[in-house]
Amino acid sequence: MIKTDALIIGAGPTGLFTAHQLKLIGLDCEIVDNLDKIGGQCIELYPDKPIYDIPAVPECTGEELTNNLINQIKPFNIKTHLGERVDEVKKDGENWFVKTNLGKIFLTPNVIIAGGVGSFEPRKFPPKECEKFENKSIFYSVKDKTIFEGKTVSIFGGGDSALDWAVELSKNSKVNLIHRRDDFRGAQATVDKVHELAKLGKINLYTKYQLTNVNGEDSLESIEIKHDSKETKTIKTDFALGFFGLIMQLGPIADWGLNIDKKTVAVDTEKFETNQKGIYAVGDICSYPGKLKLILSGFHEGALAARACFKLARPNEKYRFEFTTSSKTIKDRLGVKSD
Amino acid sequence: MPKITYNTHDNKTHTIEVQNGLTVMEGAVQNDIPGIDADCGGGMACATCHVYVDDNWMQKLPQKDDGEEDMLDMAFEPKKNSRLSCQIIVSDELDGLVVNIPSKQS
Repeated sequence: MIKTDALIIGAGPTGLFTAHQLKLIGLDCEIVDNLDKIGGQCIELYPDKPIYDIPAVPECTGEELTNNLINQIKPFNIKTHLGERVDEVKKDGENWFVKTNLGKIFLTPNVIIAGGVGSFEPRKFPPKECEKFENKSIFYSVKDKTIFEGKTVSIFGGGDSALDWAVELSKNSKVNLIHRRDDFRGAQATVDKVHELAKLGKINLYTKYQLTNVNGEDSLESIEIKHDSKETKTIKTDFALGFFGLIMQLGPIADWGLNIDKKTVAVDTEKFETNQKGIYAVGDICSYPGKLKLILSGFHEGALAARACFKLARPNEKYRFEFTTSSKTIKDRLGVKSD
Repeated sequence: MPKITYNTHDNKTHTIEVQNGLTVMEGAVQNDIPGIDADCGGGMACATCHVYVDDNWMQKLPQKDDGEEDMLDMAFEPKKNSRLSCQIIVSDELDGLVVNIPSKQS
């Protein structure tokens, strides 16, 4: 069991800066995120897109912003638990008992939800029948590519993941690549490679087709695909892989007794506390009159929530406001020299 | 103000006046029309404001740019008349536009 002054759910920009604010005022914290990397929406949705409204930063990409925030909290050595989703939050005396999907348990007086629009989950194939084959013959990510050796694999999607896996798996498997239009959005070099392999007969290309049905008993036997012109085909296949990117789902947050409306959590604007004492929400996931879904708003909300955490984490101490420019205590925490 | 008609998947029709300059997505969200999630808030980054545009209107809309088509690859059951409603800006020319909201966004 891990005891900490505050647990942050979400390693996007708001979560990272909230961690910075907590450490600055002398509190411990750890961060959990369902993605396998730090950065949240900035890194998952728009790593290369420029952002123009971060104060004092005229222009930066989602990736640059993330890297700068990581650098900013480096002195604090904050523990991040990536690839883990918080599934359970329940009251345990004065503390919150928090459990992840991997069974990790935290005990903390403060939980700060900086969860954006929820956790990222893969987008799935539309036909319902696909569910029964999921993680057996139908996958949305590849963990062990050796299971495909010598088999027929049908890959759906038009982005880099679909193309990269089509090229890679074509070495040892029979590959069908199916996409809803003729254009692919992956890197040009990979697109060229796919077309070259298709000419050599190493990849069977089906464009303007989409999946309509899947057949099989225990494991997948064939798939049905439909062309824009309504013509349908049945293809024998052992596996189907879908690469349609990720979608944000509110997920387990809905079950923690919070006041939720339209996928956002209601908070006050003094502490950014929810209807549960010691649970705060900051960034895109919180709502209050006048809320703006801007990164800069998330920074402000995190700074205030961090101060609110102090009261519950250090009930016998008084929080004293200090500036980073002049406080020796803060400089010590940052590991920088005092004048 | 231009009127936009949103047909939701439960066969209900919502005709709403949407201010010029707002997007078709914003018109739906501000008026609590169900079925448009708009998770990314209009950044053309999530494909959860996907709509099927009425056939009579498809040609009258400004062309999709590449980024929108890329995102539509990820939408739930995209069709030829699929658009992201965050990329359609309401103007007098679009008065009477009809869009159909899919059964789900993901």
